[in-house]
Amino acid sequence: MNISSLNLTAIAPQIIIIITALVVLLAELFTGRKSLLAYLSLLGIIVAAIASWYIWNGTEQRLFAVPMFQTMAVADGYSLFLNLVFLVTAALSVLASINYLVRERINHGEYYALLLLATGGMMLMGSATDLMTVFLALEILSISLYVLAGFNRADLKSGESALKYFLLGAFASGFLLYGIALIYGATGTTNLAAIVDFLKGTGPMRGTYLFIGLGLLLVGFSFKIALVPFHMWTPDVYEGAPTSVTAFMSVGAKAAGFAALGRLLLYAFPTLLGDWVWALAVLSVLTMTLGNLTALAQTNVKRMLAYSSIAHAGYILIGLIAANEAGMAGVLFYLLAYAFMNVGAFAVVIAVGREGEPNLELSDYAGLGSRQPLLAAAMAVFMFSLAGVPPLAGFFGKLYIFSAAVQAGFVALAIIGVLNSVVSAFFYLRVIVYMYMQKPIVEARPVLAPPLALAIALAVLGTIGLGLLPTPFLTLAQQSIAMLFGA
Amino acid sequence: MPIDYLPILILVIVALLFAALALLVPALLGPRKPTAIKFSTYESGKIPFGTTGRRFPVKYYLTAVLFILFDIEVIFLYPWAVVFKALKLFGLIEMGVFVLILLVGYFYVWRKGALEWD
Amino acid sequence: MELALFVVLAVIAVIAAAGVVLSKKAATGALFLLLNFCTLAGLYILLNAQFIAVAQVIIYAGAIVVLFLFVLMLLSPGKEESQDRKPYIRVFAVFLAVLMLGEVGYVAFTGVLSGTPGQYTPEKIAEVGNVQAIGQVLFTDFLLPFELASVLLLVGIVGAVVLAKREL
Repeated sequence: MNISSLNLTAIAPQIIIIITALVVLLAELFTGRKSLLAYLSLLGIIVAAIASWYIWNGTEQRLFAVPMFQTMAVADGYSLFLNLVFLVTAALSVLASINYLVRERINHGEYYALLLLATGGMMLMGSATDLMTVFLALEILSISLYVLAGFNRADLKSGESALKYFLLGAFASGFLLYGIALIYGATGTTNLAAIVDFLKGTGPMRGTYLFIGLGLLLVGFSFKIALVPFHMWTPDVYEGAPTSVTAFMSVGAKAAGFAALGRLLLYAFPTLLGDWVWALAVLSVLTMTLGNLTALAQTNVKRMLAYSSIAHAGYILIGLIAANEAGMAGVLFYLLAYAFMNVGAFAVVIAVGREGEPNLELSDYAGLGSRQPLLAAAMAVFMFSLAGVPPLAGFFGKLYIFSAAVQAGFVALAIIGVLNSVVSAFFYLRVIVYMYMQKPIVEARPVLAPPLALAIALAVLGTIGLGLLPTPFLTLAQQSIAMLFGA
Repeated sequence: MPIDYLPILILVIVALLFAALALLVPALLGPRKPTAIKFSTYESGKIPFGTTGRRFPVKYYLTAVLFILFDIEVIFLYPWAVVFKALKLFGLIEMGVFVLILLVGYFYVWRKGALEWD
Repeated sequence: MELALFVVLAVIAVIAAAGVVLSKKAATGALFLLLNFCTLAGLYILLNAQFIAVAQVIIYAGAIVVLFLFVLMLLSPGKEESQDRKPYIRVFAVFLAVLMLGEVGYVAFTGVLSGTPGQYTPEKIAEVGNVQAIGQVLFTDFLLPFELASVLLLVGIVGAVVLAKREL
């Protein structure tokens, strides 16, 4: 047994991110200029992205294997594409945070360390091929986010957000762990490849243990990605958390949950497809419909975006339900598109906000089109994209997922998805109506700090870019999922 | 083998017996002259004031959580110590990485002054 | 001998568990919990699971109970007895408990659930030793989760300081 047999290059991006987090944590102790730590974090994120790119070009599939070939994590196209999603989310969130933290007087280096550790957890979720790795990665991610949600310690709402997130998140982790234990009991292993072998050996057997275990696993994940009826925590948590944290977790935590769930269901449990697919279909319809209908009634933009993010989880779930290559490629494409448009939308919320965040209401956006035309234009792009208006990123994400569902025979599901998109257009466009057709109540012009402006610009670029040139990214996504279906 | 734990079982029984005796013998043999002072709460010789039912500062929480986290670190050292010889240098390196990561945490806590009673 | 020990430990464990639920004062409940953890450690040893027994004593009986007691002191005690429980909640709880007990009993006595034995059967563990078996697996096959555990602990350390320290 020696180090070289470990094939550490396979998880090099994750290691780079975690080491960066350690360095940031140590640097926090010695420097007074906290914005330096933000740029240090960005450097780590860029290096991790480059490392992912090298692995992508290197070999088709590298395994993080220790002797006896018990693979715990893997670097394949799937995990590397997801690395891209997580790193984009993290980079945009860090850029959007720099001046926000100063404004809210919570400019501490621990913020960046925790954000990086959470990113590392997300990336490990994408590459985990053992239920133990899935669980530990999920806990690293979740605990970092609980703390980040409560990072504004002077703000009672932030504390409430952290407590609610922690209590329900811990509950969900309990379900998940129980499910993993039962799956271990049923199959005698926690390794996904070994589970695949086991299920091949037994044929279409339906062990009661396995069935209950898978059910508990689904409940646990449903909590984490906020599917109705496991979504109750989401609005309060997203509203109370510092806005930059909301931006980060609304995309990152969700994408990480879908990453692990996708690999579990499509790689390890495709033989039980007939059992889990209907459960997910029900969850998806509930999630889309309730998320959108409740979002209609919101006047607080942050809360509206929270409900909108619930609805989007419903759309993405359709891709999983389709359980074909087009569906999974659609999910990956959607997650990347969602990273740009949703973090971008929250970045605009940060820009419009003021210390203490008193102005999050729709009326605060009135007349933004004349007060700060560029910012309003960016917000309009994000809203159109979230609503699924062509030719923006969100449109193609929905298009791919819905057409995959039709291909797989879930026509009704696709129709419900389209109807929901129509409903959602109402509240997304309402923001645009307020920005351009209402008289401003206050005349103040939001001042854009350079890093925040850069974050918004990049997000706009991504949203429009993915919309105008969707093909290369879709091809990339299609190549990424080969491993899931190749086995 | 559970039988290896027989000495611990005997120790537990002896401890229980000792505690029972220490309570029982004075109760049977000792004279009893109760006074108000004797019935008041013993607080290291000081005259007690107030009730014990008041809130403690949150500092205690920090101490308790840090204790648990480093306690869990210790539990990993136990199986490592048992198979240490079989793992050879590889085992030393992997535990080194594990401890190093936590050492960063310890250094952070220490330099932050979280261990001081401010 | 083992049966006698099991019965003694099991009876104490059940009494202690009932004590946790029924205690009027939360601190008494925490001490009952401590007793429960210690008897559970004894049961684990009877099952030849030494590592879990040691973890039970060091982490649960040692650290977790201490944390519980600290938390009880942090919340203002004295108010704890004045919760107004709605009666139907109690009925519902009893119903759920009976249902759970029924399920466990059904599964235990009918054996409808059958699992697959893993690599480590009781015989094999008796051969190499419980802690050795865990050590060998943990530090070879489960190396990545093991290292991730230290990252997880680090997140906990930073989180505790961030949330509870007065000045950051």
